[in-house]
Formats: sequence, C-alpha cells, structure tokens
Amino acid sequence: MEIPAELEAKIEEVITHYPISKRSASLPLLHLIQEHFGFISDEAIGWVAKKLELQPINILELVTFYPMFRQEPAGKHHIRVCRTLSCAMAGSYELLNTFCKHANINSSTSGHGSHLLKSSDGKYSIEFVECLASCGFGPVCMINDDFYEAVSAEEVPQLLQKYS
Amino acid sequence: MIFKNIDRPGWTIDIDCYLKDGGYEELKKALGMTPAAIVNEVKVSGLRGRGGAGFPCGAKWGFIRPGETKPIYLICNADESEPGTFKDRYIIHQDPHQLLEGTIISCYAVNARLAYIYIRGEFPDGARILERAIAEAKAKGYLGKNILGSGFDLEIYVHRGAGAYICGEETGLIESLEGKRPYPRIKPPYFPAAIGLYMSPTIVNNVETLCAVKHIVRMGGGEFARIGKPNNTGTRLLCVSGDVLKPGYFELEVGGVTFGELINDICGGLRPGHELKAVIPGGSSAKVLRAGERYKLKSRQPDGSMVEHEVGLEELPIDFDSLAAAGSMAGSGGVIVMDDSRDMVWALNNINEFYAHESCGQCTPCREGSLWMKKMTERMLYGGGVPADPDVLKSVADHIAGRTICAFGEACAWPTQSFVEKFRDEFVAYGAKYGNGETGS
Repeated sequence: MEIPAELEAKIEEVITHYPISKRSASLPLLHLIQEHFGFISDEAIGWVAKKLELQPINILELVTFYPMFRQEPAGKHHIRVCRTLSCAMAGSYELLNTFCKHANINSSTSGHGSHLLKSSDGKYSIEFVECLASCGFGPVCMINDDFYEAVSAEEVPQLLQKYS
Repeated sequence: MIFKNIDRPGWTIDIDCYLKDGGYEELKKALGMTPAAIVNEVKVSGLRGRGGAGFPCGAKWGFIRPGETKPIYLICNADESEPGTFKDRYIIHQDPHQLLEGTIISCYAVNARLAYIYIRGEFPDGARILERAIAEAKAKGYLGKNILGSGFDLEIYVHRGAGAYICGEETGLIESLEGKRPYPRIKPPYFPAAIGLYMSPTIVNNVETLCAVKHIVRMGGGEFARIGKPNNTGTRLLCVSGDVLKPGYFELEVGGVTFGELINDICGGLRPGHELKAVIPGGSSAKVLRAGERYKLKSRQPDGSMVEHEVGLEELPIDFDSLAAAGSMAGSGGVIVMDDSRDMVWALNNINEFYAHESCGQCTPCREGSLWMKKMTERMLYGGGVPADPDVLKSVADHIAGRTICAFGEACAWPTQSFVEKFRDEFVAYGAKYGNGETGS
C-alpha cells in the first residue's frame, strides 16, 4: 500500500484539527483512505493506527461499526438508495430493483449486513442505506457523492449512463 | 427567519452575498455584549433545543460553571438523521454562514475557543460548503485569532460522521468525535456540560438551535419570546413527507398551525379519494397519532386559570406542549403523513428495520429487543406470524423503554408501542393470517 505524498499531506493537515487528541482524527483519516483506495484494507487499518499511535483494533472497531466504511472494494460507481419510511412509501424498494435490473446486479441478496451487491463487470455496486434526510422528495439516492431526489424508475437508465 | 434565504432567488452561499444582506452584524453586536448577557437573552427567549428533546437552550448553557478553568468546547450537531427530518440540510447547503454566525456567537457566549461541526457522512457536499465558508469567515476576520479586534479567539472544524444514526445522540456524538465507537455515555451524573469532549465541559446544540441564537441576538430574547406561545417560543422548521400532495419544508411559528392546517392548507391536502389515517408528528421515534383520536389539552386563560378542552388530530396545534399532552412529541419537526392506503404493519416493520440496524448494541434490551421487534413485524407480513405476536411485540417494546443508557431505547420502543396499541386490529389480523391457531398464552 502506497500513500501518495499529496494524500499524506492532507492527512497531516487533518490531524492538526484535533490538538487535544490525535485519536479524534480516526474517522477523517478513514474517509480519506477510503476516498483514495475505494475501501479500507487491513494494511490501511494498520497504517492509520500507527499514524495515530493507536492499536489496529482501535481502528478496526470503527471500520466494522460505521456503515459508510467498507472492507472490500465497491463498484466503480457506488449507488446508495434510501430505504427508510418516507422513501419506502414513495417507492424506494422498486427503485433499488430497477437500478439492479439496469445495472445487471443480482438483487436477491439485498439487505443490511450482506456483502455489497455488485454488477459482474464491477462498474456498479448498490446498497440500501437509512434515511438520507430528504424525506419530502423521495425516493432519494446517492451515486458516489452526488445526490438525487424524486427518482423515478424511468430515469434510471439515463442516470446510469451518466456514470459509465 | 431561519429559512429567509432558503430557495431565495439570487441567493448564493458565498460570504459576499451573506454580507450584502447584513450578515455578521449580529456577531458584531454580540461581541459588544458580555457573554453572560447573551446567555441571559437566550434564557429570556425561551428557546428550546430543536434536535428532538426540546431542552431549554439557555438552561443547557447555564450548566457551564462560572469561572470554569478547563477548556470549554461547543459542538454543532449536524448529524441530521432522524427519519422524516430534512431541515438542517437546507441551512447547511444554502445558508452556511448563518449557521457559522450562530455558532460563533454561541461559542462566545459559553466561552468556547474550539468548536466542531459534526456533520453526517452522507452530506459530503455540505461538509465542503461549510469548510469553504469557514475559510471565507477566517479570511474576513470573523473567525480565528482576535475576532474583529475583540480579543476572542475561535477555531471551528468540520468533522464528518460515517453513517451511524446513534451519533445524533449527544454523548454518542462526543465518543465518535473522540475517535471511538459512538456508544452513548451514562448520565446522570455527568452531563456533557460538566464532562463532555475530552473530559471537559461541552455544549452540543442542533443546527437550527444555533441559527436561532443569531436571531435572538438580533431581536432580543424578549422579542423572540413573543413569537409562538409561552414555553413554545420562536419558529419551527417543519418537514412534511408522506401522503400529501405538496410535501416540503416550512418555517412556522411554534404552535401557529394545527395538523389540519399543515396538511390541508400548507401541503395541499391528501391525494384525491384518500382519507387521513395517521401522522407521525416529530420524526419516526415520536408516537404515532391516529386520525379520529381525541386529545385533552390545557390552556391558560387571560385570568390565569387553566381550562381543559378536547381536540381531534386535525385541531391539534404543533408545539412542544400540545404534542406532549397528546402523548407524543414535537421531536425533530419531521411530520410523516399516512393516508388510508397505508398498511400499518408494513409501516412499523420499515421503522423497526431502521432501529434494528441503528442500535449501537451497547445495552442488551435495545440490541436484542430492536432486532426482535423487526423479526416479529417481518414474520407477520411475510409468513411465520402467530396470533400472540401483537402482545409479544408490545411486551418487547415495554421492556426496552426506560432500561437503556440513552434515549434510543425509547426511540425504538415508542413506534411499536403506539402502532400496536392504536392499530391493534391490523396487527391482530396479520397475527391470525399465518397463525397456527394457538393463542400463545
């Protein structure tokens, strides 16, 4: 695992935000690592722990607790569909299935706790997430960092095309 | 007031736009006051926390001991994740400087020199917008060393969460900010204002609450208290979702409208051919209200006497005290409307899945109970339910509430308790659908 100089500089800067305790920089560092590598490997966990003068378990327990961190690569484009009540009432389960259909993802194993659902070409991955805080305009989803509201099934193929 | 600039034509998020509109004037005014005077204005204003619990903000600030020698921290809770709630999103994404100004004033009032904005991980753009706003404010001297020559120093950093609902609980948030799993802390005896971040006094306030502080400084606590009702002052950002024709986000005087007015006048009413069935009034944790219920409210008469009167759901005013009297809560302002097309067992199962997923796992009743409640509503819907399920479900919920370290226990028990009690017939029907005929007793 190679940490490019630019990323390391960012990491050093972020640590300065926490003058009282370096340990506070754990989550920000994990975000930076995941943004760069796409997931958080065991090696990365060890690297972050060393950087913050912690034990690897102190970092591993965060990676396994916080839903946004993953220990395996996602697809090139990662889709998050809101599963919670207002979005479900507006059709988020149908939306997830439609995404799966058009992105060639086998959705039979969807749900929390299961491995990420990925298309066989590795282009897309998808997961249900809890409330994305735009309940009035469901169903909502995120593709990578981009946020979409009131997504209809008809829009899905077009939306996927934007992320090829 | 707080939503003044939201969706405002020509409004941009940069500091020049904010300054042209009189931005940071309240900060200047505040820096000319003593911190104690600001705390007093906030107390006089009657401002109650907008995150969910409705705790008086001035009283929270008042817990910081005078002459405190340890460093004091302030954390803005921008971990907006209560299902049904989507108000802070707009402040963060469209009016970041209002939040910063409210935060800087609040830090000055409680004498905090270091503050963090804990923003949920799913708002990556929001985090970038706030970071940019902080850099702009610093460049103009509204943040950093010796703010506007006042001698007051303050640094604010944005800290991103990573998808865990429990980080909205203030002590869970503090643990998370310390780089740990967000297991909420036992309290009492030590509330964050006594022992919080890094074992130091810490104030945690919601985004909307901090924005309100700016307006309290502008108009004075007394004037702010004239908006709304006694003990329910100011405005409230209400978020309406579900089965209304025009869902959305609205800033309204606290108690200024009833659920009927909100649903029918402001949100365009229900879909044609449908009737109101239920309303979740303050985020998914709030107990559900059923159409047709009657609530007993007390109101103070001009001569000071209290008079009790009865109202239906549609006449119920939306304020902290009326919703408490109706057996629910104003919570986070997230209103979810359900019409007669909705299956209440399905709805509760969706809510239960949320809580089962989000329980931090620290306390056994919540960790096991939230999962069992979800398993039971799921089997009622999809096969495997038994006639005893409604009673067992209710009993599981009853054994969680009040038996956990943090309020998540209540948050996950209240939906099940209220849904099963108020829509019992639907639960009984599902229990019998796949039932094996046993009574379960």
